[in-house]
Amino acid sequence: MNLRAVAKVIKYEWRDIFRSRWTLLYALFFLVTTEALFRFTGSGAKALLGLSSIVLVIIPLVSIVFGTIYLYNARPFTELLLAQPVNRAILFYGLFAGLTLPLSGSFLIGAGIPIVLRGGLVDTHMTAALLMTGSGVLLTFIFVALAFFIALRFEDRLRGLSVSVLLWIFFSVVYDGLVLVIVSVFANYPLEKPMLALMILNPIDLARVLLLLNLEASALMGYTGAVFEQFFGSLGGVITAIAGLVVWVTVPLIASVWKFKRKDF
Amino acid sequence: MHRVLCARRLSRLLALLVASVTVTGALGQHVVVSSEGPLHSIGAAIRQAQPGDSILVLKGVYNEPTILVDKAVTIIGKDFPVLDGKGENQIMTVVADSVTIQGLEFRNVGVTFVEDRAALKIDGAAFCRVEDNRIIDAYFGIYLARTSFCRLSGNTIQGSGLTETRSGNGIHLWYSKEIEIVSNEIRGHRDGIYFEFVEDSAVIDNISESNLRYGLHFMFSDRCTYHSNVFRANDAGVAVMYSENVEMVGNRFEHNWGSAVFGLLLKDITDSIIDDNVFVKNTIGIYAEGANRNVFEHNDFIENGWAVKIMANAQDNWFTHNNFIDNTFDVATNSRHHSSRFSKNHWDAYQGYDLDRDGYGDIPFHPVRLFSLIVERTETSILLLRSLFIQVLDAVEHTLPSLTPDTLADEMPVMVRL
Amino acid sequence: MIEIVGLVKSFGQLNVLDKIDLQIKRKRVTAVVGPNASGKTTLIKCILGLTRQQAGTIIFDGKPLDGAWDYRRHIGYMPQIARFPDHLKAREILMLLKELRDQPGAKGERLCEAFQLDSELDKPLGTLSGGTRQKINAILAFLFDPDVLFLDEPTAGLDPVAGSLLKDWIMRERDDGKTIVLTSHIMSEIEELADDLAFLVNGRVSIAGSAVDIKNSTGEDKLERAIAQIIVGTKD
Repeated sequence: MNLRAVAKVIKYEWRDIFRSRWTLLYALFFLVTTEALFRFTGSGAKALLGLSSIVLVIIPLVSIVFGTIYLYNARPFTELLLAQPVNRAILFYGLFAGLTLPLSGSFLIGAGIPIVLRGGLVDTHMTAALLMTGSGVLLTFIFVALAFFIALRFEDRLRGLSVSVLLWIFFSVVYDGLVLVIVSVFANYPLEKPMLALMILNPIDLARVLLLLNLEASALMGYTGAVFEQFFGSLGGVITAIAGLVVWVTVPLIASVWKFKRKDF
Repeated sequence: MHRVLCARRLSRLLALLVASVTVTGALGQHVVVSSEGPLHSIGAAIRQAQPGDSILVLKGVYNEPTILVDKAVTIIGKDFPVLDGKGENQIMTVVADSVTIQGLEFRNVGVTFVEDRAALKIDGAAFCRVEDNRIIDAYFGIYLARTSFCRLSGNTIQGSGLTETRSGNGIHLWYSKEIEIVSNEIRGHRDGIYFEFVEDSAVIDNISESNLRYGLHFMFSDRCTYHSNVFRANDAGVAVMYSENVEMVGNRFEHNWGSAVFGLLLKDITDSIIDDNVFVKNTIGIYAEGANRNVFEHNDFIENGWAVKIMANAQDNWFTHNNFIDNTFDVATNSRHHSSRFSKNHWDAYQGYDLDRDGYGDIPFHPVRLFSLIVERTETSILLLRSLFIQVLDAVEHTLPSLTPDTLADEMPVMVRL
Repeated sequence: MIEIVGLVKSFGQLNVLDKIDLQIKRKRVTAVVGPNASGKTTLIKCILGLTRQQAGTIIFDGKPLDGAWDYRRHIGYMPQIARFPDHLKAREILMLLKELRDQPGAKGERLCEAFQLDSELDKPLGTLSGGTRQKINAILAFLFDPDVLFLDEPTAGLDPVAGSLLKDWIMRERDDGKTIVLTSHIMSEIEELADDLAFLVNGRVSIAGSAVDIKNSTGEDKLERAIAQIIVGTKD
């Protein structure tokens, strides 16, 4: 089975996905939210800041929940195809692309239309707008990959779904709480480097820091430590953060492929 | 306050008038210096001149030992003749009253750590005018010591911009009074404008930007006014300390970025007025420490990391009719207790309502977020900015304040931008 | 055709297949028989590569299978319970498989006609009755006229008419020279269809051989009784 075959699988997956209309709702959600933010905040930077807050919460949640449900629902389809002359790894990537492309596509269209219409891609906020949409897409990939791993790990739907939601709560809320506790407990030690490491270990934090670098650097620059100034003041910080996000896509994806190849259907 | 200012202005104007009368009253002669002519040294021309004479310097390059101006002469450059210090000596020293220096270009004053070597030093003189000169690559630019009733205007001062320790200040005043500094542009020096023990002076319409330390730096300088200046992108912003009765009106503090960089640092500044200024895109708009009884009104704080950081030892300050817009933190402080007051400001973060339509929000606005307190204690936690967890924490604190100062509130937040 | 050597598969503590050795002969119908949970389905899934064994080898047409997938080009599979993506229509699934395998699939269409399914093909699969889904399930197995057919409880869930139609079809395929492996616990059905027999108990092959040989060796003329006799005999 070659790439053409993957494309066929994706095509049929999409027919299934688009028929259920949630992609449309997802795109509409971002369209309405982005448009409203632009209308009510009046400034591009502020709208992007508001949008990035929403992106950092909604995209991981929707991706991990939908990803888990999707893979459970795709079980019959997967079984059907696995009885055919189909390479498992390629089928897996087909399933992955089958979800991530419509998800990130809906987000890009929904959030992108208001941004482009307001000249967001030509004015001063271009970098921020690109990084925001780019982070959204990467977060989609990361959390769908995590969802797939969970769905493959837990045979029981309910348990898998619970783990997914818990993982989202962990990454978006609990983790930062723990970080705050660590920071307060070790307040007398130099914490810049451990802090940066902690941010890299959570994809939501990583994306958030990346966006802050471009939208609200003024606050980040207020920190007196040289490590932050070096990290945030340079292109290196942005590149490190993006590279970190890419690693965050790759690791759960490879782990999921490994599991998928060995799974009993 | 305004009447005091006017009176002071008047006295200064009178003084200048007296000065010019002295110059013209002497009915001096005109001397022409040119690099090809018989008189090709400015120093020599001054030695020949009588008080009240005018010396016209034609276009050319003049390499001379330090030129001593010890008579009340007027030196005017035509088409910016270049006075080159060759990276070594001080170019000109004025020790006489009523000297005017105009239209000269001073170049290459070398770095030294044994003296404050300047392109133009005025020492112990009064009634001088330094106008429309250019100063390029000087250690210190214009240096005034024990000087009074002078006017520095329209000068362009471009430093070498090497390092903080290897540059001097653009305009440096020490033990001087009644000085007017108007419409100068200063770039690439250690401090753009530096005052130490200066009194009753005015800094108006200057641009001080991209300096290696402070755009404006003054200490022990009472009763000075700073109007309509732009302080932009200086490595450490603006710092003013240990002074009383300062008036800062209509200035712009912009793009002062980085750790320990302030739009305006007020340390032990008392009984002063900060009015009608604009603070845009600074890491910290105003940082007040030990500053007492100051009035902050009609200022715009826009897109700063912290609009105002006010420490507990800054007492009885009064913030009113200011706009706080798109700042990451509007007000930060290090204590639950303090005595500064906020009233009738506009806060874009205010989420209250105005049911009685009087233009003021019906519930008070508490501008200090819990997160800003956390950041104040452990700076590294700034990386959690805009985290969902922090937003939840802020919301909880907002509903049930327990850590943020409950006295620090604007009881009458203005609904629309002022 | 298919040779299975020392096949072991366990799910956690449960040994489903415990060192299975079995040969499936070309152009014959081999019935894998056994009580519930004896490992029949798992055995078929192992051969198909849907389930990965812990130990042992499966040799398909002379080549050992080890994560290979291309051999399934020659296989048609009818799982025990038909599970399909609910939103897709049967016709779309047929189209997908045709595009995927790049094979014509005329055989399946004839079976469609036989089952009189034409009107059902354009409804979403989720709305179809269990029997209809089972028919489509059967069609998918026969679609590409494969050399080897794996039929897991083929008549379960079919009405008697469709069931006998399918049985006729299986016989015809066998006569066409196809290799067929089926599981069933209906002895009459096995009696009717099977040339060879593999009886699984607790993950082991307890009886294997041709139906004729088994009957002859026991002197019984019903397969069910013959097997029973062997099992009782081995217990002694």
